Amino acid sequence: MADEKDREETAVAEFHKKIKEAFEVFDHESNNTVDVREIGTIIRSLGCCPSEGELHDLIAEVFTPGSEGTPRLHVPANAVEIVQVHSDSQSFLEEEEPTGYIRFEKFLPVMTEILLERRYRPIPEDVLLRAFEVLDTAKRGFLTKDELIKYMTEEGEPFSQEEMEEMLSAAIDPESNSINYKDYISMMVIDEN
Amino acid sequence: MGSGTSTQHHFAFQNAERAFKAAALIQRWYRRYMARLEMRRRCTWNIFQSIEYAGQQDQVKLHDFFSYLMDHFTPSSHNERDFLTRIFTEERFAQDSQMEKCSDYESIEVPDSYRGPHLSFPLLPDHATALVEAFRLKQQLHARYVLNLLYETKKHLVQLPNINRVSTCYSEEITVCGDLHGQLDDLIFIFYKNGLPSPERSYVFNGDFVDRGKDSVEILMILFAFMLVYPKEFHLNRGNHEDPMVNLRYGFTKEVMSKYKIHGKEILRTLKDVFCWLPLATLIDEKVLILHGGVSDITDLELLDKIERCKIVSIMRCKTRQKSENQMEEQRIANQKSSAQGPIPWFLPQSRSLPSSPLRLGPYKAHKSSRSSSIPSGGSLDGRELSQRVRSSVELELERCRQQAGLLVTEEKEEPSCSASETDSDTGELRKPTQEEWRQVVDILWSDPMAQEGCKANTIRGGGCYFGPDVTEQLLQKYKLQFLIRSHECKPEGYEFCHNRKVLTIFSASNYYEVGSNRGAYVKLGPALTPHIVQYQANKVTHTLTMRQRISRVEESALRALREKLFAHSSNLLIEFKKHDVDKVGLITLSDWAAVVESVLHLGLPWRMLRPQLVNSSAGNMLEYKSWLKNLAEEQLSRENIQSSLLETLYRNRSNLETIFRIIDSDHSGFISLDELRQTWKLFSSHMNIDVTDDCICDLARSIDFNKDGHIDINEFLEAFRLVEKTCPEGDASECPQATNAEDSGCSSPGAC
Repeated sequence: MADEKDREETAVAEFHKKIKEAFEVFDHESNNTVDVREIGTIIRSLGCCPSEGELHDLIAEVFTPGSEGTPRLHVPANAVEIVQVHSDSQSFLEEEEPTGYIRFEKFLPVMTEILLERRYRPIPEDVLLRAFEVLDTAKRGFLTKDELIKYMTEEGEPFSQEEMEEMLSAAIDPESNSINYKDYISMMVIDEN
Repeated sequence: MGSGTSTQHHFAFQNAERAFKAAALIQRWYRRYMARLEMRRRCTWNIFQSIEYAGQQDQVKLHDFFSYLMDHFTPSSHNERDFLTRIFTEERFAQDSQMEKCSDYESIEVPDSYRGPHLSFPLLPDHATALVEAFRLKQQLHARYVLNLLYETKKHLVQLPNINRVSTCYSEEITVCGDLHGQLDDLIFIFYKNGLPSPERSYVFNGDFVDRGKDSVEILMILFAFMLVYPKEFHLNRGNHEDPMVNLRYGFTKEVMSKYKIHGKEILRTLKDVFCWLPLATLIDEKVLILHGGVSDITDLELLDKIERCKIVSIMRCKTRQKSENQMEEQRIANQKSSAQGPIPWFLPQSRSLPSSPLRLGPYKAHKSSRSSSIPSGGSLDGRELSQRVRSSVELELERCRQQAGLLVTEEKEEPSCSASETDSDTGELRKPTQEEWRQVVDILWSDPMAQEGCKANTIRGGGCYFGPDVTEQLLQKYKLQFLIRSHECKPEGYEFCHNRKVLTIFSASNYYEVGSNRGAYVKLGPALTPHIVQYQANKVTHTLTMRQRISRVEESALRALREKLFAHSSNLLIEFKKHDVDKVGLITLSDWAAVVESVLHLGLPWRMLRPQLVNSSAGNMLEYKSWLKNLAEEQLSRENIQSSLLETLYRNRSNLETIFRIIDSDHSGFISLDELRQTWKLFSSHMNIDVTDDCICDLARSIDFNKDGHIDINEFLEAFRLVEKTCPEGDASECPQATNAEDSGCSSPGAC
């Protein structure tokens, strides 16, 4: 019993170190806060796989809007325009949104508990495969580019345009204009490890 | 019928629900994947930056070392001191003869076989444009034209004020570009995308044109040419890399000597002149201030306007006036020494004028943890006292080192002769700047913004300070400015706002650390002076790669650099590992591994996250540390017969060594004698408290002398440490400045400059 308690304490200490490390990577101003938009990345990199909805709820628990601590970027009325120019001259506008931030002291206990309870476990490969198979109603072994776009941007928790483009760039075989999802999964899984 | 339809509906509904859930699952999984990629990207960035900042401190140590030697150098016929002589007198000769050398280019003949661009003066816009095109086609400008251009450039620069005042009345827009660091592709891209300079299109280039990239010479030629052709519309600010001492370390000197084997020395000498005459800042419409590094709480634009900026040839080796005053102070403090603390290690940056944070050598995130105990830079008296105290203990320390190294020093009261010429009244222009003037300029060229309020010394870089939003606000109000544009720091997006959007960092060298590491950017200011930013990444390859592939590439480069650094600290790591291996079974926990690595390397990196990439074999939660270290060594060692620990030590200090060698090699021949190597190493290692026997040095020197001719090729020596990663167009990989990038605690990766 005492042994188990020791083990749990060591586990907690270990979790604390991990959480702190991940947090610090995004703590640009070294003042124990991170931009709220980065918290999803932090949580996911610690091994959790929450949905967007679950993430929102989580953030609500730890979020501190506006006034406390270091003021964040505030956008003046005549906002700055940022034009991205790639070498193929594609351009798009990007504006900065006002944001809030998360304090480490609030984040640590919440995250520790998540890790202890093993919440938001990652999705096993076979479950992922079955998900693709559900979408592949004709059971061909692949999805066309248009089908993938339709599902990812209209169903579930839709992708943004950026997310969709990024997925397409890696997933779609340009010759067949489709995604062989079994191969895709294998490739992504290897890459992770 | 009815029930049929409802069953159909029911199935349809179920299917829709299943599709919804399936899509949600895939999205959830994908987002996690991308998050992990993003985390890897950030970690990689941190690796590069922290290694680089660690290198900056080394830089400071080294320069302080030489500065101090210079201060106390006394000429003597002592044989053992000859090599030091050569370092210090080269400068003096240079100053004396620079006047005659200036117009020497006329005697240089351009052979008929020369196929590169020809220049004639006064320059015309076509010449400048032709230069861009020629360099794009990889031609090289003949030394005669280089020198001619530099000569004309200096003539022009001398007429300019310290702070260029520019108005947008005359040109519709002004484009401001940040660091280029010898990356010609980026400059060409900017001109291509934004247009060539013209009376309607003004440009400001905000310093750091050279070092690290491989085309620093070409960049300078283009920038100077346009400046001569459009003097009212084309402006240059000095950066901290427009400094001969910095160039020795970060590759520009090497580039010049390799491209101009005959006239390189002369070109470098002339450049010294040109650099110190570059203006310090540009002011647009009296509203937007553009300077390379930043500001401090004592930045005084009126004072900056008045100083003789050419006095500050090199920030790092600047001697200031009031030395006799200093010497008296030192005596006084030496007398009080018994009541003072023990000697403070002198290689910390505060041996210069700035009071600063406590003595622990700052890791990358030093300012975070030392915030509470840093000394504010307000108390000037305290600072001076501190620096005097440090200087006197430095003196004693160095005395000890010299004796150890077999160099006998006789103290002299007067200033050493090598700097006597500087107080010569004939060449009145060679007066030295005051401490304050020097400080003002250093602050402009070396400072970085920070999020916290206040102003404290920049221990990471060893010069300038960290300035907070209040300092910015104070300055903007005092001079009625709208905002500040600065460069000096690499940013992933090529730009970054801070201090409530009052400070804009603009950085124009894309792919700085590695292909795919960051974008470059430039900013256009229209009539209302609203900033309009354009980002780019001058490498087609990065666009065909997926983000995953891009990140992998950069990551691999960073990890390689990190493994080298780990190797360089093998001995210390082993000692610390053993402390955690209480039962002496050769195993430690992975958690202990992370703790040890941080305590030895002081890089402030997320080691637990990086562990899977650095440790590829661990049984469960335990690591066999000895075999891990052995694997690291095998990756790095190329020569078995050099004693491993010595090699490791040299490896750790190799960029310092490289710099020292290049200083010794005053004729830039690329060779130093075995004897010089031995003496250098002796002095350096005793000073750095590295314990190495004389025999070892001799063995090492002999084994490195591959040709057995009594001379060591510097590049060969560095080759022994597998510095060279990439190959250069010339086929001689060691010549390529970029090749020295992903390295260790010294001449390392590009990064914050």
